[in-house]
Amino acid sequence: MQLHLDNFTKRFDGTAVIENLDLTVNDGEMLALLGPSGCGKSTTLLSIAGIYRADGGRILFGDRDVSNLPSQRRNVGVVFQNYALYPHMSVEENIAFPLTVGKKRPSAEEVTRRVRETAELVHIEELMARKPAQLSGGQQQRVALARAIVRRPDVLLLDEPLANLDAKLRLEMRSEIRRIQLETGITAILVTHDQVEAMSMCDRVAIMNKGEILQIDAPTQMYRAPASRFVAGFLGNPPIVFLDGQTGPAGRFEMAEGLSLPLPSRLAGMPEGQPIALGLRPEHYGAGGGASAAGRVVFVEPQGREMLFDVEAAPGIVLRSIQPVRDDVGIGDRVDWPVDTERLLAFDSEGRTL
Amino acid sequence: MMTRNFSTLPLVALLTLVSLPLMVMYGFLILDTVTDAPPGELWPDRFTLEHWRFLFDTSVVGNVWQAAGNSLILALSMMVIVLSLSTTAAYAISRLHLPYRRLFLGGILVMHAFPAVTLLIGVFFVLNFTGLYNSMIGVILVKGALMLPFGIWIMKGFYDAVPWEIEMAGVQDGASRFTVWRRLILPQVKPGLVALGVFSFLDGWGEYLLPRILAPGSEMTVLSVFLNELIAGDQLGFDFNLFKSVGVFYTLPVVLLFIIFQDRLMNIFGGGTKG
Ligand SMILES: Nc1ncnc2c1ncn2[C@@H]1O[C@H](COP(=O)(O)OP(=O)(O)OP(=O)(O)O)[C@@H](O)[C@H]1O
Ligand SMILES: [Mg+2]
Repeated sequence: MQLHLDNFTKRFDGTAVIENLDLTVNDGEMLALLGPSGCGKSTTLLSIAGIYRADGGRILFGDRDVSNLPSQRRNVGVVFQNYALYPHMSVEENIAFPLTVGKKRPSAEEVTRRVRETAELVHIEELMARKPAQLSGGQQQRVALARAIVRRPDVLLLDEPLANLDAKLRLEMRSEIRRIQLETGITAILVTHDQVEAMSMCDRVAIMNKGEILQIDAPTQMYRAPASRFVAGFLGNPPIVFLDGQTGPAGRFEMAEGLSLPLPSRLAGMPEGQPIALGLRPEHYGAGGGASAAGRVVFVEPQGREMLFDVEAAPGIVLRSIQPVRDDVGIGDRVDWPVDTERLLAFDSEGRTL
Repeated sequence: MMTRNFSTLPLVALLTLVSLPLMVMYGFLILDTVTDAPPGELWPDRFTLEHWRFLFDTSVVGNVWQAAGNSLILALSMMVIVLSLSTTAAYAISRLHLPYRRLFLGGILVMHAFPAVTLLIGVFFVLNFTGLYNSMIGVILVKGALMLPFGIWIMKGFYDAVPWEIEMAGVQDGASRFTVWRRLILPQVKPGLVALGVFSFLDGWGEYLLPRILAPGSEMTVLSVFLNELIAGDQLGFDFNLFKSVGVFYTLPVVLLFIIFQDRLMNIFGGGTKG
């Protein structure tokens, strides 16, 4: 079911946390709400769930305006960060609970059948008799997911579902949640502040900051063409390096600290003396390109398959490079590595992409 | 369970030593109810059930069963009133957006700390005015009112410890607020309910002052008052062993409840974080 936020506004004690937000999530799509802490992700999510009442605008599920409906009648499944399983109920009772409280209740056999079906979908058939306290984090996560989807909700909301898991489980549950979402075809919103999670699990990513959506795009597209400096800085690990300087003569970019690079050819016609910032991603430094930047290696971080180098190209200006593991460069060495200038990102003084 | 990183033996020894006189006294209390000692002697020389005859023979000290029944009514009423009102009121205070919530909370705290004795005269006038003076209902209402702040406060602590998310999840699953409370939240505060129930029962059972003052009529006598009147009324002569037997009879339910519920009673003072 398509989900649509139309001019949505939410205030807490008079201060607007979210103002006139527009957002459309397509039928069957999984969308990530990505943003720094306090930007209003949870607020948006809880408003869609009906736990917070919107202070303005409309929330539509398909053509149905649910803005004034209480949570109980919205048919939304929610997975909370701490799972919020009911501690006194067995796994089976937890999953069955949503089916036993609504207005129209299915028969006992129907409940059993659907609970079983859902448990099989999330792979917890053999845990049905246990209490939540007897489950591992990943298993609790699966139960929470099962409980959220057993009613076949119109929309599935996940608020930082992986934050409480350790790194390995997180990887596993990432693909599991995506698999289950794809199999059920439920429209879903994932709230996270982990960009890897957002990019790997979702069809589209919406980047939020201070209650505003800055950009919505498919993950690769957003990574390649961020709309602003904020978005560029938010995506990418290791992060992008920003270089603040101005346009110089002959289509070059110059920094007060002494570093100078050719501008990407699409910007070659820019007038001289404009303040501008370049964004250089680590994979575009040291892996071929039309220009080069020399400097001294000040830090090396082996990551197993790759190595991360910090190169001081000018006093106080550190470029980052990620390359396949190599043993010939160490801290203190001077290097002269190529820069892929065509893939440099450029931003004006307001942070908009040029 | 806390790991022991020091020996508890000296502590246990000290506690035993300090409470020894108490233990000895309790020991003799029990012993004396089923034995007789020669005049002037400490150690009994014969076994007898003579002192327990008050259980069947109303001519000895009066009708002890009626008093026990009254005490039971008072204690059970306390349990019912305190449990039912505290669970609902505390939930409302802990979770719902009530107007004047803070004022209400402050009020409860003040009421809890307020010495009830100072209210007695006012309460007496109110009961007299409403015709509830010298009736069990009057005592129950007053005692209940005085106990409620404590009960509400305790239960609020238990409710506060239940995560909000459980409630949100319940509502999200389609349950009404009432269903959420009954099926999801109440089971979480059950340790508190058990403890508070026992506690209020015991408090009702042990109450002396209110029934003594507000319901002095003989058919309303509760056990505590009954016991007191045994000495005051000088009906016994010097049969202290009989007096001790009535005392043990009065204490027995308390001890029993404590033995059964001792672990769960501790919950009240733990703030409900565990369990
Ligand atoms: N119940 C509330 N009352 C008042 N202010 C609130 C309330 N809930 C959230 N806020 C404020 O709204 C803003 C957005 O909060 P929200 O919880 O949506 O952030 P978030 O993006 O989910 O952050 P995080 O990643 O830390 O969970 C914050 O500034 C927060 O202080
Ligand atoms: Mg949040």
